Amino acid sequence: MIAVHARRRRRTRRVADATRSLGVHIAVGIWLLIALGPYVWMFLTSVKPTLELYVFPVRYLPSAVGFEAYEQLFTTTPFLRFFRNSAVVALSTVAFTTVTATLAAYALSRFRIPGKPIILVVLLVTQLMPAVLLVIPLFISLRSLGLLNTPWGLTLVHSAFALPFTTYLITGFLDAIPKELDEAAKIDGCNDLGAFRWVVLPLLAPSLAAASTYVFIYSWNEFIYALTFMTRESARTLPVGLHGFIGEFLIRWDLLTAGGVIATLPTVLFFLLVQRRLIAGLTAGAVKG
Amino acid sequence: MTLGLNRMKRHLVPLILLAPALITIVVVIGFPIGRAVWLTFHDYNVLRPARTTFAGLDNYLATFRDPVFWTALRNSLVWVGGAVSLQILFGFLGALLLNQRFAGRYLIRGLLLIPWATPSVLVALMWMWMLDGNYGVINDMLRHVGLIDRYIPWVAQPATALPTLIVIDVWQGVPFFAVMILAALQAFPKELEDAAVVDGANVAQQLWFIKIPFILPTLLITTVLRIIWTANYMDLMFIITNGGPGFRTTTLPFLAYTTSYRRLDFGQGATVALIQALLLAVVIVLYIRLLRRRQVV
Repeated sequence: MIAVHARRRRRTRRVADATRSLGVHIAVGIWLLIALGPYVWMFLTSVKPTLELYVFPVRYLPSAVGFEAYEQLFTTTPFLRFFRNSAVVALSTVAFTTVTATLAAYALSRFRIPGKPIILVVLLVTQLMPAVLLVIPLFISLRSLGLLNTPWGLTLVHSAFALPFTTYLITGFLDAIPKELDEAAKIDGCNDLGAFRWVVLPLLAPSLAAASTYVFIYSWNEFIYALTFMTRESARTLPVGLHGFIGEFLIRWDLLTAGGVIATLPTVLFFLLVQRRLIAGLTAGAVKG
Repeated sequence: MTLGLNRMKRHLVPLILLAPALITIVVVIGFPIGRAVWLTFHDYNVLRPARTTFAGLDNYLATFRDPVFWTALRNSLVWVGGAVSLQILFGFLGALLLNQRFAGRYLIRGLLLIPWATPSVLVALMWMWMLDGNYGVINDMLRHVGLIDRYIPWVAQPATALPTLIVIDVWQGVPFFAVMILAALQAFPKELEDAAVVDGANVAQQLWFIKIPFILPTLLITTVLRIIWTANYMDLMFIITNGGPGFRTTTLPFLAYTTSYRRLDFGQGATVALIQALLLAVVIVLYIRLLRRRQVV
């Protein structure tokens, strides 16, 4: 009697679990659709015959798939130039930021520094400044230094804005590596630099990949500074170049969506590769606090 | 002698390590902050910097007398309030959902975050195209399900312009909130939940009395960071609506930018930006006081 009862209860619970699981899957499916739908639409638009973009009612699937928009983008617009400019700025920013932030983070994590809390607060406060407040004086300074329309001016600005958070992130990663390891290395005859190079750095490498991705995404995507400091067409980065297409081509949606697809690819690829570690780093500080 | 040298080294090494980062930050961020404050008290002429004159409080008085400033302030409040509160709501629901078991969990979490890693320009362009008043797919879908009977120029008509921008920002920002809250939920100790079940708490009570207080610190810091970020974020206005129609989507940072670069009035532009920074400072001070009070209690 009791056994029958228990079995029945188990069965109702199984049914409830199954319904719940079905509901979860449906909800996740809807969310995926909303999050990724716009990208699918962008891709579909870019491979449609141009005339089919401007029909009423909207035609969802293309009658023929073609890559003319991509061809035009590369042959008739300076898109490749924009792509190269973005790559130069983003990669320089990653190199400069990752190196300087790692040095600073090593100091913050491994040495006793007077005024350390103040340094951390300063790092955070810089994050709170509205870009628009700084864009005006920065424009004036960069102009007098002759750094407008050069990748180096923008690299410097992007680095400064990415540095506080990157330092914070890497300090957190370093704190998670036991100090005893570098002390052991020093006992074995390494100096400070050697202990860092041979013991800490290999352990830190995967986290550095995540931090670099954060910097890359920031610099690759940044718009307002790039727009203000890169006024010459030949100096434009991808976001600024894409924005420029709006006026120049009376909104050529075929070109814009093709350019959009190509501009999204690098960040999405990088991001999917390291997202788990990046999220772990992003959230570690917040959850502890 | 060696001891002294060693001691000096212990102090010098960390300073040398910190120097490149700190110098970069001070030069590129610290110095311009000072410069911006200076600008607000001057009438700066971009074309002839030598002719800059001291303006006292003129920039501030002109700003407060400008009706567009008050419109922008109101728009900023609606923009930040609307976007952040919706992101908290959907981010929280999303986190609860992501905390469940489902197939392909890690891959799907990564995919859901893609909007967050997308350039703002692209987000703006994608949505402009989908929201197009003549050929937009969103108009077509809404008409098919019968929610609207004719196509609507979402970003060109005054009543829907700002709410539409808010929806776009929520679309991009929800993944970030969801992931932060999810991380907090996953740090939730199982024993607490078990204890609540033993005490007879139902699911809603567990959520309200135990889980929400537990994730509150994370929720607070994420919200504060998001308020600051959203208040300063003007890329959508810049690309999609250009502050219009009328001044319906002109927020404070957008007004600061256009005052500087279109009217070439750098002094007043900096003033608007500084007022915005001070308003945000109030948010931060409130947050710190809230933290203190929680620690005392």
